[in-house]
Amino acid sequence: MFKLIKQLTSFVAMVAVLFVFTTETMAAKKSKTLKNTQKKGFVRCGVSQGLPGFSNADAAGNWTGVDVDVCRAVAAAVLGDANKVKFTPLSAKERFTALTSGEIDILSRNTTWTLSRDADIGLTFVGVNFYDGQGFMVRKSSGITSTSQFKDGISACTNLGTTTELNMRDFFNSKGISYTPVTFEKADEVVAAYDAGRCDTYTTDKSGLAAQRIKLSSPDDHIVLPETISKEPLGPVVRQGDAVWEDIVRWSLNTMIEAEEYGITSSNADSMKTSDNPQIKRLVGAEGEMGAAFGLDNEWNLRIIKQVGNYGESYKRNIADTGILPDRGPNELWTKGGILYVPPSR
Amino acid sequence: MNNKFKRLIPQFFTLLLVVLIFGFFTFNAQVNMDNRGIDFGFGFLKQEASFDIQFSLVDYDGLDPYWWAYVAALLNTLLVAVLGIILCTIIGVIVGVARLSSNYLIRNTAAWYVEFFRNIPLLLQIFFWYYAALRALPLPQDAEPLLGVSYLTIKGFYIPAMIWENLNIFLYSVILAIIGIVIVRTYARKLQENEGKQLPVFYISLSLIIILPFLTFLVGGVSLDFEIPVIKQLSITSFTYVGGIGLPPELIALTLALSLYTATFIAECVRAGIQGVGKGQKEAAASIGLNPNQILKLVVMPQALRIIIPPTTNQYLNLTKNSSLAAAIAYPDLVLVFAGTALMQTGKAIEIVSITMLTYLSLSLAIAALMNWYNKKIEIKEK
Repeated sequence: MFKLIKQLTSFVAMVAVLFVFTTETMAAKKSKTLKNTQKKGFVRCGVSQGLPGFSNADAAGNWTGVDVDVCRAVAAAVLGDANKVKFTPLSAKERFTALTSGEIDILSRNTTWTLSRDADIGLTFVGVNFYDGQGFMVRKSSGITSTSQFKDGISACTNLGTTTELNMRDFFNSKGISYTPVTFEKADEVVAAYDAGRCDTYTTDKSGLAAQRIKLSSPDDHIVLPETISKEPLGPVVRQGDAVWEDIVRWSLNTMIEAEEYGITSSNADSMKTSDNPQIKRLVGAEGEMGAAFGLDNEWNLRIIKQVGNYGESYKRNIADTGILPDRGPNELWTKGGILYVPPSR
Repeated sequence: MNNKFKRLIPQFFTLLLVVLIFGFFTFNAQVNMDNRGIDFGFGFLKQEASFDIQFSLVDYDGLDPYWWAYVAALLNTLLVAVLGIILCTIIGVIVGVARLSSNYLIRNTAAWYVEFFRNIPLLLQIFFWYYAALRALPLPQDAEPLLGVSYLTIKGFYIPAMIWENLNIFLYSVILAIIGIVIVRTYARKLQENEGKQLPVFYISLSLIIILPFLTFLVGGVSLDFEIPVIKQLSITSFTYVGGIGLPPELIALTLALSLYTATFIAECVRAGIQGVGKGQKEAAASIGLNPNQILKLVVMPQALRIIIPPTTNQYLNLTKNSSLAAAIAYPDLVLVFAGTALMQTGKAIEIVSITMLTYLSLSLAIAALMNWYNKKIEIKEK
């Protein structure tokens, strides 16, 4: 009898715990950021102040770039329209405060994923949309073809408040070269100062060097040195504390990359609904309940692919065709010799 | 008693309101930071900064902690503020006096200068001087030596560095000379008050401050050498200078922009001060036999200063605070280094911004206190 009561209570306790647990997860499904975004009718996205290929506005104020496409993908997924994005251009210095203070909901601004940023300051990195590394640009006429030719007293222009500043120090210190760092808040100011001859070299992520080179008075007079001095995995960031929103952004990016892997493009996405491959069918919302987990409908991923395209399309449109980096390098799919590899949507 | 109580009630509620408002903001910030997993604390100041600073008055290296980076950055801010205040005072006084000149050309040039520079936003002027400097200054290899030992180039102004031997003895002699001057002045004043005799105080002071330090070179074992900057090739087309002191072009552009801008306001203060002294004062002084020099020194200036000092204090404060615009042109001041790079690397926004704000507040209060003390000293002493 006593034993029965004991068993009964433990059963009740278990049910209670389960109940609490399920209501907890049910509550977590209701993402505050998602709810606010749907109420406002647009995704608030933080981008750069103009980095061709990543986030750049044309004269009419239309934003393009691979970083921009991440935000557009999220807008397509949660609002049904890739154009419902409000872009906020931010300097490197402002970007994290803008995100943590709630001014924006996604920061997609060629931001390097590092331990301290991820763990320390209330941010969560959701993935990598561009694998990059820091490099150096010099004048062709200087005759420098490798960083091993750098000498004591060299001055280097770069952006303020970036991992670049730290990598640069590590690099010059390990080589035992004394240098003068000249740091500006805006990328345009860095380029102008380097162009004028204030610095002997301009250092930032290689993609940035390639993109900014176009802005110089005579791009052909400058070369990017072959050495890469750091790992710079760039990716979108969200605020800590909204796990569902984090998942939505992560899987919007993953969907774009996986769609390329399975050959789903913006033009053939609809016809893929009748594919024999269940994996493809899941990616276009024709099988499984892939949206329910986020509190979205089932065609959220189809909309991303149709409206924004897969990762390959985005890369080609923004980075390859604009002549910034025609070669995809590490940003090729793992099946084609690159390192783009995302978990499966299932 | 009842009356006193009545008067206290509104004060009590005002205080309560202020406390509540502050409490609300603190609480709000606390809750939001907790929600986002950000912790508050100043422990980061002891961590290694691991970034370099372009230009620093103290020995700073990336291995030093954040608080040392703060000190280095603060000194850079102070350097610009001090240089700017000295320069804008000199320009301001000259232009202010020039505006009252009887010469048409001088008077109008000064007026044009004032109207032009005070009506263009400071940030634009800073950009102008910086990019003008970057465009106009020669590359290191093309620079012509100034006086044979200094080079003004796009990468900076390279001047000879002084290498002292027994610098302390030299400094002692300077201190001794200053003490000597104070004694002479006190004696001279007494002599004048008691016997009506005047000593040539200025010449005695001048010779004291020159002769005493000079003696240390002859007998005190003090010696001074100059390290002259030498050009160094970095690659086929890029050069720099090594040795000596390199002042960054950002410092020069910023100091120039700040002083030229602030000088316009000081010029107006000076003009107001001089015009504020009644004509009768000068005539009265002349009638008792003072020469023009004495009239300026003993009658006009003491009265003019009373009008000039308070508004000039404002301008000094403005200049110091405006120096934070340095961040726009890569001059490593407090805002660029501490509220910029350090904030970015640590993510401690609230802590760093409050430290920065408190620093500017203290700087301003210190300057204001100094100027108020000076103002007290020169104000009318009623007997």
